[in-house]
Amino acid sequence: MRPAAFRTPEVGDDNPELRARLHAIWATEPGIKGWLGTTDHKEIGLRYIVTAFILLLVGGIEALVLRLQLAGPDLRLLTPDQYNQLFSTHGMTMIFLYASPILSGFSNYIWPLIFGSRDMAFPRLNAFSYWVYLGAAIFMYAGFLIGAGPNDGWFNYVPLAERDFNPGLNEDFYSLGMIFLGISTTVGAANFIVTFFKTRCPGMSINRVPIFAWGTLTASVANLVVIPSVSLAFFLLWMDRQFGTQFFRSPHGGQPLLWQHLFWIFGHPWVYAIVLPAMGMVSDALPVFCRRPLVAHTLVALATVAVMILGFGVWVHHMFATGLPGLALSFFSTASIVITVPSAVTVFAWVATIWLGRPVITTAFLFFASMIVLFVIGGVSGFMTASVPVDWQLTDTYFVVAHLHYVLIGINVFPVVGATYFWFPKMTGRLMDERLGRWNFWTMFLGFNLGFLPMHLTGLLGMPRRVYTYPEGMGWDTLNLITSIGSFLFAIGVLLFVINCRKSYRTGAVAGHNPWDAPTLEWTTPSPPPPYNFAVIPTVASRHPLWEDQLDESEGRSSWLRGMTLDQGKEALATTALDADPERILEMPQDSYAPFLLAVGLAILFTGMLLIKWIVIGLGGLACFAALLLWLWPRRDLREREPAPELLEPAHG
Amino acid sequence: MSATPLDYLTSAGARAAHIAPLTWFTLIVSVLVCLVIGILVWIGSRRFRASGGAEATTSVPVERGADGLPWIKWGLILSAIPLFVTLVWTMAALAQTAGPPANPALVLDVTSHQYWWEVTYNGALPSDRFSTANEIHIPVGVPVLVKLHGADVIHSFWVPKLAGKTDTIPGQNNVAWLQADAPGRYRGQCTEYCGLQHAKMAFEVVAEPRDAFERWRAAQLHTAPPPVTDVEKKGLAVVEYRCSLCHAVRGTRAASYYGPDLTHLMSRRLIASGALPNTPGSLAGWIQSPQQIKPGSGMPEQHLSGDDLSAVTAYLETLK
Repeated sequence: MRPAAFRTPEVGDDNPELRARLHAIWATEPGIKGWLGTTDHKEIGLRYIVTAFILLLVGGIEALVLRLQLAGPDLRLLTPDQYNQLFSTHGMTMIFLYASPILSGFSNYIWPLIFGSRDMAFPRLNAFSYWVYLGAAIFMYAGFLIGAGPNDGWFNYVPLAERDFNPGLNEDFYSLGMIFLGISTTVGAANFIVTFFKTRCPGMSINRVPIFAWGTLTASVANLVVIPSVSLAFFLLWMDRQFGTQFFRSPHGGQPLLWQHLFWIFGHPWVYAIVLPAMGMVSDALPVFCRRPLVAHTLVALATVAVMILGFGVWVHHMFATGLPGLALSFFSTASIVITVPSAVTVFAWVATIWLGRPVITTAFLFFASMIVLFVIGGVSGFMTASVPVDWQLTDTYFVVAHLHYVLIGINVFPVVGATYFWFPKMTGRLMDERLGRWNFWTMFLGFNLGFLPMHLTGLLGMPRRVYTYPEGMGWDTLNLITSIGSFLFAIGVLLFVINCRKSYRTGAVAGHNPWDAPTLEWTTPSPPPPYNFAVIPTVASRHPLWEDQLDESEGRSSWLRGMTLDQGKEALATTALDADPERILEMPQDSYAPFLLAVGLAILFTGMLLIKWIVIGLGGLACFAALLLWLWPRRDLREREPAPELLEPAHG
Repeated sequence: MSATPLDYLTSAGARAAHIAPLTWFTLIVSVLVCLVIGILVWIGSRRFRASGGAEATTSVPVERGADGLPWIKWGLILSAIPLFVTLVWTMAALAQTAGPPANPALVLDVTSHQYWWEVTYNGALPSDRFSTANEIHIPVGVPVLVKLHGADVIHSFWVPKLAGKTDTIPGQNNVAWLQADAPGRYRGQCTEYCGLQHAKMAFEVVAEPRDAFERWRAAQLHTAPPPVTDVEKKGLAVVEYRCSLCHAVRGTRAASYYGPDLTHLMSRRLIASGALPNTPGSLAGWIQSPQQIKPGSGMPEQHLSGDDLSAVTAYLETLK
């Protein structure tokens, strides 16, 4: 075996013998080692999806309890403290532990498959990212389970979060948990960015990249830029709380508003980070059911990038009422109105795709098409809050609660459920039940709108958000009852989805490679795909490799039956950033305990910080150090050490 | 008060009146956009009349179709118009409503506490100064400047019929201004989440004709009348012994400003930051077990004997 760097890749045909060889190289070991050590992006992606979905159900149950409390005026189901912890935990769960990880899960699973690649760029980092996410989720929920859940809302304003007003462990769990979780998001983002630019198969030049990949790329760039801001904010808060620093405590010269800037510089781009990949899912999957390519693919890709860039300049629209100077308000107000333009491009591209195609109504299509409408409702209510004087009235009322649920459920949950109907056959080999799917869709759609459309009116009638109860005689009673009923109907819809997943996983119709006759590379692989994804590295000649005969977009034809075999070891291909020309062979790491151990070390470290036990902090640090040593110890198979001498010649390769 | 005291689709004062039409405009534009897109998606989806699952999908062959760019072009042109109008209108409304008026007819200080509003009126002389709680009296038809202070955490000052929100932030001096066009009571509410009793942190703005306002202001400067009956005297003793730890009744030995000034408690329509009507029954209930009514509020349970409670209530009822 010659080291990859000195070799010209062999080209060959897809054949059973090759597949057997690759399987032996790539398959995750059975048993505990494989379970804790796997670096297979599909396994990690599924873990992300399942974990995030379980957390969605937990957060949903929390929401139902909140809705029971608010079903009528002056109800006493929950104490104020219980209510405050529940609504804060609900926000934390949905925004941080569901909305982003679920998209990481889909991206993890789908990216190497649509890129014609064998894994993510950094498989061990990928595993680490999941373990840290799981650790942080457990850490953050541990507080809730011992009665010390977050109690200051998901954006956690100071000084209420300071120890002077919040002496329990609640905010320590939340602060440290957020820093912990930020590590997962950061390494995941770095991994996505490198994967995007370096591992697309030959021929997949930048103009041929599916929109879903653009969505996750822009989200990842945003995360890499803004996570430091929020991690810093929570670290400063923890210092204020534990060591009496004065970053945010006004009596001693600290600045409460500093928190809001640090948080929203992160918080607003984050909102885009949890919708852009989901919008990308719709941009890629909706056209499959319209039986034509997406209208204005390039413009939609550019709009995705434009939204993200503008998204960095709108954070102050969360702070219009804080007494900032008028000039700053008008700047951020304008930016917030302008950001509507690229979003409108995407919406019109979707609508045109439906009108200029021949739409086939499937359950997935229903979720995607209805998402367009929900997106617009969430978008225009956002546009209303962009206007400063209007926002002075709207902000912190239930209008904003309605708005953000249209954004998060409409532009995240609906596309994600649609994407599950779409990619479930790829992941499991079985199609989901369409009849149950229709029930699933209509219950979710009607329940959601019954619950949240009237909520706009509740807000316009002045109901403030984050109240554990409300008095009679404000005109909100009936509206709140309708919302509570709608939320339970919506929950039934989600339950039907769970039932459908379970039923279809066992008895669904067998899918085959490409059940939807879809155009992208993941549909050339068996369902579910083998551990190595592709027997030979595909070469693509257009945006729609599987539709080339029908569309006749390009001179040449894509090929996935003959290509580089890369079967001399655990190998993948690196290509150039823009044109995706082959650049070098990548030596991919074997399964490893190191990511799991590092995550455990970090969990110990953060637990020590929570309890301010220096010995535990020291132990956690040592564990991290040992895990890093194990991880980074130079290995011959990764060419981190000189190869054995007999493999060196000929050295001119 | 109207059936929906906190709604801001109608306004009752100059500042809110600049905002309400813009709110309506953006709302109508928004509803229209949703209807147009909703109808387009609905009709577009049903046009081809194909439905089913994977088989139905694959039975329709793929076609390249038109490039669809005119959709985006016209979509953007049509969207640009309301966006531009909103932008210009926003800037105009901002200019009209943002700044405090140059010559306010009245300047007062509002300090937000967990979970009540301290309202301080200043006059030309130190002796003209007094403070009250959760009820802000203003003269009708003139601009009033409100200086906002945060005592503990961030709260937000909001009287939807009169003006939008301004946060009260510790260590920062924000201002708001109000103007009521007609006499009346306008409900206000804290709108920045501030802890356990954020829900029950309301207040009222009472707009009165100028002479009524001046009469109210003069009356508020009076100290409390001495108790007359034995029960009232006993009540004052308990107030000075117990309530004085937090409250002030001017003219007595109760002089702490941790909680609301009670000198003219009976002049206020509501107690407990708008949570209860100011009736003898609810007053007694509030004194005895505030933690049942507002768990987490600063006022502790009193555990007064029945006699003491009725004495305190009897005395407080003399504080007109």
